[in-house]
Formats: sequence, C-alpha cells, structure tokens
Amino acid sequence: MKPEIPNSFRTGPDERGHFGVYGGRFVAETLMPLILDLERHYEAAKRDPAFKAELDHLLTHYVGRPSPLYFAERLTDYAREKATGGRGAKIYFKREELNHTGAHKINNVLGQILLARRMGKSRIIAETGAGQHGVATATACAKFGLECIVYMGAVDVERQKPNVFRMNMLGAKVVPVLSGARTLKDAMNEALRDWVTNVENTFYCIGTVAGPHPYPAMVRDFQCIIGEETRAQMLAAEGRLPDSLIACIGGGSNAMGLFHPFLDERQIEIYGVEAAGYGLDKKHAASLAGGRPGVLHGNRTYLLMDGDGQIEEGHSISAGLDYPGIGPEHAWLKETGRVIYLSATDDEALAAFQLCAKLEGIIPALEPAHALARAVEIAAEKPRDHLMVVNLSGRGDKDLFTVADHLGGM
Amino acid sequence: MRRIETRFAELARARRAALVTFVMAGDPDLETSLAILKALPAAGADVIELGMPFTDPMADGPAIQAAGLRALHAGTTLAKTLALAADFRAHDRTTPLVLMGYYNPIYVHGVRQFLAEAKKAGVDGVIVVDLPPEEDSELCIPAREAGLAFIRLATPTTDAARLPAVLAHTSGFLYYVSITGITGAGAPDVAKVTAAVARLKQHTDLPVAVGFGVKNAASAAAIASIADGVVVGSALVEAIRKSLDEAGRPTPGSVAAVTGLVRELAAGVHAAARGFARTGQSA
Ligand SMILES: Cc1ncc(COP(=O)(O)O)c(C=O)c1O
Repeated sequence: MKPEIPNSFRTGPDERGHFGVYGGRFVAETLMPLILDLERHYEAAKRDPAFKAELDHLLTHYVGRPSPLYFAERLTDYAREKATGGRGAKIYFKREELNHTGAHKINNVLGQILLARRMGKSRIIAETGAGQHGVATATACAKFGLECIVYMGAVDVERQKPNVFRMNMLGAKVVPVLSGARTLKDAMNEALRDWVTNVENTFYCIGTVAGPHPYPAMVRDFQCIIGEETRAQMLAAEGRLPDSLIACIGGGSNAMGLFHPFLDERQIEIYGVEAAGYGLDKKHAASLAGGRPGVLHGNRTYLLMDGDGQIEEGHSISAGLDYPGIGPEHAWLKETGRVIYLSATDDEALAAFQLCAKLEGIIPALEPAHALARAVEIAAEKPRDHLMVVNLSGRGDKDLFTVADHLGGM
Repeated sequence: MRRIETRFAELARARRAALVTFVMAGDPDLETSLAILKALPAAGADVIELGMPFTDPMADGPAIQAAGLRALHAGTTLAKTLALAADFRAHDRTTPLVLMGYYNPIYVHGVRQFLAEAKKAGVDGVIVVDLPPEEDSELCIPAREAGLAFIRLATPTTDAARLPAVLAHTSGFLYYVSITGITGAGAPDVAKVTAAVARLKQHTDLPVAVGFGVKNAASAAAIASIADGVVVGSALVEAIRKSLDEAGRPTPGSVAAVTGLVRELAAGVHAAARGFARTGQSA
C-alpha cells in the first residue's frame, strides 16, 4: 500500500506522532506521562524566542557553527576521472565533523539539554553506539553541571574505546550493557529501563530521530540547522540550490537534518545510505532494504527481525550505524518515494574512508564513509554542473583502531 | 465463558485475593513449560499470566529478560506459545489464562489472526506492555471485539488526569504496577500501594491486582491484604533458572521448584486478612 503523496513533506508528524503509519508512542504506561510532559515543554520552548536565542548562541560559540560547506575538489576530480562522457558532479561536503566533539550529534544534544534545564531535570541519561552521541551528551552535561549516565553496549565499549575514555574524562558514567547483543539497541533498552525507574529527575536524551513521539520530530528539528545552513551556503557559493543530497543512516538524524529543509524542493534528489555490512544477503544493518514494519523503542518503523517478530542483530563495521531500526520519518519518506535509500558495505565504506583521507586530507568517521562510497558513484553519473552535498557527519579519529584492524595493522 | 470475572467473583466471596503467577512460555523448554503450567493451579495459582518471549523486553529486569532468552533459545515462537496455551486449556477449563508481552511479535503475526488464535486456544485476556491508551486502536479495541480482555497497567505515574483514559477500555482486571521501575526491581512500599489501590478503586469496579517486586510469602501477604490480586513473576522465573543444570537444561526438580514457591506464596495470600471494604464487585 503506497501512502498518498502529500502536498508538503514537511508537515509531519500528526498530533499523535505519526508519519503516515509510522511513528507513534509505543511505550509502557509509566513513561507515557513523561513523554506527554516532554512534548508540552518542547512545544512551549519552540515558541519561546529566548530558547532559540540561547541555543543559537551555544551553536555559534560553543559548537562553532556554521559548519563550512566545502567544495571537495580532488574527490570531484576523482569521480570525473571515473565518469564517462564528460560527466561528474561537483561534490560538496557539509563539514559536521568540524563541530565541537566531532560530529553532528552535539546539535541535537544542546537542544535537549537546554530543554532538560527548563524542565528542571538534573540527571541526564543517553544511549550511544559509536560513542559520538554519548560524548556530545557528556560534553553538554559537563558544561551545565548535570549528572550524566551513558548506556553503551559492551561490544561497542570495546570497539569505540577512545570515546569511552573521552566520556570518562568529561565526568560521565559509562555503563556497559551486557544484555541482548550488547550493541546500540540494547543500550537503548537499558536507557528506557533506567527512565522507567528514575521518573522524577531524569531526562532521556535520545541520540537519533527514533523513539516515541515527540523524539523523532524534536531531534529532527534540532538537526535541521544542517540543511538550513547548507541552503544559505550553497546559494552563496553557487547562486542556486543543490541538485542532490546524500547522507548515511543509522537512526537517521544527520540525514534528516540535511534533508528536511529541502523535502519540498522536489527537483532535488535525496539519497540516504544504510549500512550493508557484509552484504545485503548476509549480516547487515539496512533496516529499509532488509527489514519490515514493526514496533520497537516506542515507534513503528522498519526493523530487522525474524519471521516471528524477534529483533535481529544488525551488523556494520560502524558502531553508529549498527541499529536494527530507523527513524519513522525515514520509513515514511521511503514509502512515499521522496527519498531514495541505498546502502554501502563495510568494504565500500573502508575504501571511501581511505579515499577521502588521501584526496581531501579529511579523515571521516566510518558512518559518513558509507555516504561517501555511494556519493562518488552517483556523482560520476551526473552532469558536471550537478551540485551534490554529502553530509560529513563526523570525524574518524574514533575509528582509527577499527580501520587499522581491518587493514591489517599500522 | 468469562473465566477472569468468574474467578475474581469467587475469590471475592471467599474474601481473599487472587494469586496471579507469571511464567514465560517455553522457559526452559516447551515441554517443561507445559508441565509447570499444568501444575500451577493445584499449587495455588488463581490466575496465570503466560509471557510471550521477546528479544527486547524494555520494561523487564534481568530475571524476566533471561527467561525470555531461554525460551527463545528453546525455539519458542508465538505460534508455539498459543499451542502451549491450548494444551493448558485442554487440561484446565477454569483457571484464567492471560498472555503478557510486547506488541511487535503480535503485530508481525497479524493482530486479527493472533486474536482469533488466542481466543480459540482458550486464552482469556492479553497484557501488552508497550501499548498505552494512546495506541488503543492497535490491539485493545480489536481484542475486546474478539472477546478477549485487555488488561491495562496503571502505574505510580498515572495521574488523575490520565486515569480515565487508562481505565476506559480496560477489562478483566487492572494491573497496578507498584513501583516506578522494571520487573523484579525493588520492593513495593505497602503504604503507598494501599493509597494507590484505594484511589484506583474510587474510579473502577474492576479487580485491582498489584505486581512488580513481590518476591516471597510475606510481601505477597502484605499486598494481598490491600488488593484483589498479587502478581508474582520474577521470583518464579528465578526459581526456574536456579533449578536448571549447568547447560541450562531442566532437571527433575524444575517443576517442583516453581510449585514449591507458588505454594508458599499461596499460603501467604490465603493467610492475609483483607484490610479494606470491597467495592463494586458482585460478591
Ligand atoms: C559520525 C556519525 N554519523 C552518523 C551516525 C548515525 O546516526 P544518525 O543516523 O542518527 O545520524 C553516527 C552515530 O553514532 C555518527 O557518530
């Protein structure tokens, strides 16, 4: 059943948190009053100019925004060399890796932490996969003197050690999660278990556009700064809007932040890139490509699961993409056909990681390396005046050990 | 047949609370699980909650998480859980049987199909943790149309403004979660629970069962004196776990490990003096 094509792709969700049939509020009763309270406070904050002013100030002076829109000249040349018939788009990077803490995650975290302060919450919990959201949350909590507890799958604690160390330095308590597959979804389960237990003083700072309503919309709104800046910067650089956008997808927050402001410019091609792991016919983390609709972590969306509705473990070389679900708005954008969802394997991401480092002097995180892998291919098929923006969602320092392992040591 | 209503009415006449026992379907395997189910009523269980295992039980503590994983490793599926329910029902025609779990396996199975099969298997009601009143159109309304009770959880965070919505489509009984927290966590504060149950009773004629954190005969007795039912789960699945051999297989003592504890709990519940005037129930 294909959903109706709406007049605007930017009006969702409805008041019950639905994007088409996706989203919603599938949580235990204990949490329901809390997410309703959060929704009320968020709606009020959104309308309060003082909230926006405070967030803008932090984004400028603490995060270092706006992040540059950078013409990746040598990567563009590389794509043009591979292209036939004189093709090859102009590739720009949206440099989210230059943000304080090294990824887009801080945009959302500061919004949520300011909200937590308004709500009088003193204890912040978060889940993290790659550790970038955990680091961003620990950072904001340090800045504002808030208690911070980060749930992280024990497997991820192992493969993202530098970020665990950073969180510790920032004064956060990192709790290794030993249940389930010990990765991001289990960290999210454990954070939810904490939240049902500590309902009075605790704010759950979710790191992506997933979870029960209002999180998918709220996190998206906080990340939309990426797309809004891109619009202004591209107009300044080229005098017109981009022709295509491309971003990697874990839960989908960096992608949604770039895409959302452009959804109603229908001429713009938009690509999301999921993690194909060992390959889509093997273990992977591409929920849209390999999953089906189901209900997990408070929302209906595409999930990797078996025939009986048991959630399956994803696999990706990138801990930040290793999640068996995806934000509900992406599920809806897929079904409406507005966004095209592709995937890239571990090996393709590793190759793009190295390519970007060597050609541009930028070591990307493994997550955006997935987007880069598809970007170079797509660029090679586009005309030379095609303007493409790749969201460089994070820097790769955290991944050096993982990459070294895969490349056979340094 | 309205087994839940009948059972609570009988117990109201006997002036005692119901002992509601939770075990996970297929834990530690389907055969042992059936043997446990069949033995529960004689040991003193008045109502049985049968867990539908799920990989990601967000409201459950370590004990029930582990029970779910044991069941899944033993090959339990929703279809097998329903078959288990049917086998139990063939053996016991009166003990109310309620399926408890999370929405995704039901959603994937197909809501209508699940409800029809559950009804046919002799299931009396369902408790689905991650379906608050806001999502009633998903399963709650269809369940009631299919003739199954939809038993809702009320919690310490359910305030006066929300309570009408929580009660609106609830049937069978109301399950009061005694603590903010996950299953198997801290012990309930009986004074607080007493006040909470009294508040609920002002708004509903349904029996109120209280669970989360009841572990032994003493705490069961304390709750039984102030509520219409006492739910025990984590303690029972822990008894199963402790009875297993090193490879996680059941031992000859596994069934008795559960029934032994149920007998103790039942003794506690039976000994409890009912401390409040019953409201609204047909006695
Ligand atoms: C650099 C980076 N990019 C992308 C992601 C994936 O998250 P999302 O899809 O929400 O942007 C992560 C998650 O940890 C990340 O660290």
